[in-house]
Amino acid sequence: MKSLEELKKIREAAIKDIELRDGEQSTRIVVGMATCGIAAGARPVLQAFLDEVKKRGLKDVTVKQTGCIGICRLEPVAEVYRKGEEKVTYVFMNPEKARRVVAEHIVNGNVVTEFTIGAYETK
Amino acid sequence: MNIYRSNVLICGGTGCTSSKSDQIQEKMEIKIQELGLEKEVKVIRTGCFGLCEAGPIVVVYPEGAFYSHVKLEDVDTICEEHLLKGRIVSSLLYKGALDENNVMKSVENVNFYKKQKRVALRNCGRINPEDINEYIAYDGYKALGKCLTEMTPEDVINTMKQSGLRGRGGGGFPTGVKWSFAAGNVSDKKYILCNADEGDPGAFMDRSILEGDPHAVIEGMAIAAYAIGADEGFVYIRAEYPIAVERLKIAIEQAKEVGLLGENIFGTDFNFNLHIRLGAGAFVCGEETALIASIEGERGMPRNKPPFPANKGLWGKPTIINNVETLANVAQIIDYGPDWFRSMGTENSPGTKVFALGGKINNTGLVEIPMGTTLREVIYDIGGGIPNGKAFKAVQTGGPSGGCITADYLDTPIDYDTLTELGSMMGSGGMIVMDEDNCMVDIAKFFLDFTVDESCGKCVPCRIGTKRMHELLEKITSGNGTLKDIDRLEELAHSIKASALCGLGQTAPNPVLSTLRYFRNEYEAHVNEKRCPAGVCTDLLQYIITDKCIGCTKCARNCPVNCITGKVKEMHTIDQTKCIKCGACQEACPVDAIIKK
Repeated sequence: MKSLEELKKIREAAIKDIELRDGEQSTRIVVGMATCGIAAGARPVLQAFLDEVKKRGLKDVTVKQTGCIGICRLEPVAEVYRKGEEKVTYVFMNPEKARRVVAEHIVNGNVVTEFTIGAYETK
Repeated sequence: MNIYRSNVLICGGTGCTSSKSDQIQEKMEIKIQELGLEKEVKVIRTGCFGLCEAGPIVVVYPEGAFYSHVKLEDVDTICEEHLLKGRIVSSLLYKGALDENNVMKSVENVNFYKKQKRVALRNCGRINPEDINEYIAYDGYKALGKCLTEMTPEDVINTMKQSGLRGRGGGGFPTGVKWSFAAGNVSDKKYILCNADEGDPGAFMDRSILEGDPHAVIEGMAIAAYAIGADEGFVYIRAEYPIAVERLKIAIEQAKEVGLLGENIFGTDFNFNLHIRLGAGAFVCGEETALIASIEGERGMPRNKPPFPANKGLWGKPTIINNVETLANVAQIIDYGPDWFRSMGTENSPGTKVFALGGKINNTGLVEIPMGTTLREVIYDIGGGIPNGKAFKAVQTGGPSGGCITADYLDTPIDYDTLTELGSMMGSGGMIVMDEDNCMVDIAKFFLDFTVDESCGKCVPCRIGTKRMHELLEKITSGNGTLKDIDRLEELAHSIKASALCGLGQTAPNPVLSTLRYFRNEYEAHVNEKRCPAGVCTDLLQYIITDKCIGCTKCARNCPVNCITGKVKEMHTIDQTKCIKCGACQEACPVDAIIKK
């Protein structure tokens, strides 16, 4: 170990692996992964969320899965919980939509209305 | 690089391992592969979570689901339901983690953990101790870097002095002050030693730290070495801790590989090499001068002090010897500052202390609490109280060197000085709880059994004195004692304390003196009435036939010495003078009419 800088680099690389153990963060992206979800293709959606969050280094976001949310015909479904905001339910998700949700909703704070269940209902 | 969405932490401490947590891990890893989740779910083997009663323990993040008493049959369920489908398996969760509405509480809010403050144990159960990167991720070795590049050895010693850290092995001597003694000596060679011989029966604080976070100890030793001017260190660890030895070896290797041990650490001219020395089963080698003798290749026997090791220790050189838990606190004190450390605990005993809770208590395991927490809080709030609704009798702190504390003093805040005032001591942290079914004379005899066995034999007071004390206790518990024996016991205890060569002998009489102080009535009952109030000492017990007897004669027919008389369909009696107390009658009785008291 030649310098504090070297130690810092190791630390920063290693932190990514252990962040999960700090528990759930203030922002949660929950992907429905019951049989209906998986059948409709929720796994690639989950992967896309994970990948995008990691790529952007978003520290306060937890991506997790849950069981059947109930709106099986609208799967894949993803819900976004943020402190101080109402829950947003996104329906008919796919990997590209997932990445847009991260970019626009999580990072910039703008709900992607066209993907929400509200938008679907009023169609 | 893999992006994991879940971490599964499985306890790999000795306790859970002996309950098959390693097999659970293996099965889980295979199942995860079968389900195709190996790129999403990472399985990590950690150190001790502390809630040993609930083992084997598996914690799943990010939810923080605390699964307890996990069996091999549960692995498939947890993998399929929780890891694959995201549904937490409530039936397998630790009962204390569910609130009144059966909603899962996070681990920190569980009663067992709520009053704890994990400082020395902070990484135990959180990281993989066999991966130095995880230690570094949680700020590991930052403190060492700070010391070597921004602080002088005097700065480091002053920081330790200001923090008020006291030796956690039991002595309670101010660590910073001890270091300054060694630093003040001019010598071509100095040593830093870690006392990992943890000999107290029932104590496993140091074992868990070494199994769960060996790097904390390594970093502490490196900082100490820098402060005192040493370039070499030894960890003297008892051979009965194979998992800890293995993890320590791996940790030292990894630290060497990355250049955190060896030459020119952090690019400075500080060199530090660390070696392991194994103990060989002698309790006395936990005494610092005996430990030093053992490393030197001599028989493990203590010697006179002064000279103290800080002036003349290993191979005659200035040596600092610190306990595992003391060292595990060092890096954090440097990282967060002495004021942070002082913000916890009491004025004279800042910081926290790890205790191994055992005996008649619901939540057996390892707890770490700020000094000043009361005994009542530890036993009832954290420990969950006494099982089976039995009444609390006493709590033994300090192992064979300590004493018992009764219910009257349960509201005593724990620190070095308060416990000593009560006739006990902090010791290394063993805390054994006793209930109404424990005989205090028998407890004193148990501890003396141990110290008599472990006496090195060098000095007369200990070699012969403890043996004589043990014989007196044998006399008393077998119903042959006299009141004079009790007086003799007390006298012997005081003279051994005053004249023994080392801590083993000086403290061996403590359990006797302490039980005499608070439970003299039990000793007197054994002597005057030939009765053991708690019903433990077999020689003083009698088997008695109660009026539940139906006169079936089964007991009389089973008695090997024919001491039971009685007519058919009439109550039988046991001739106590002939009874050999084998219990065969009690076993034979079909109506539970025979009691032991």
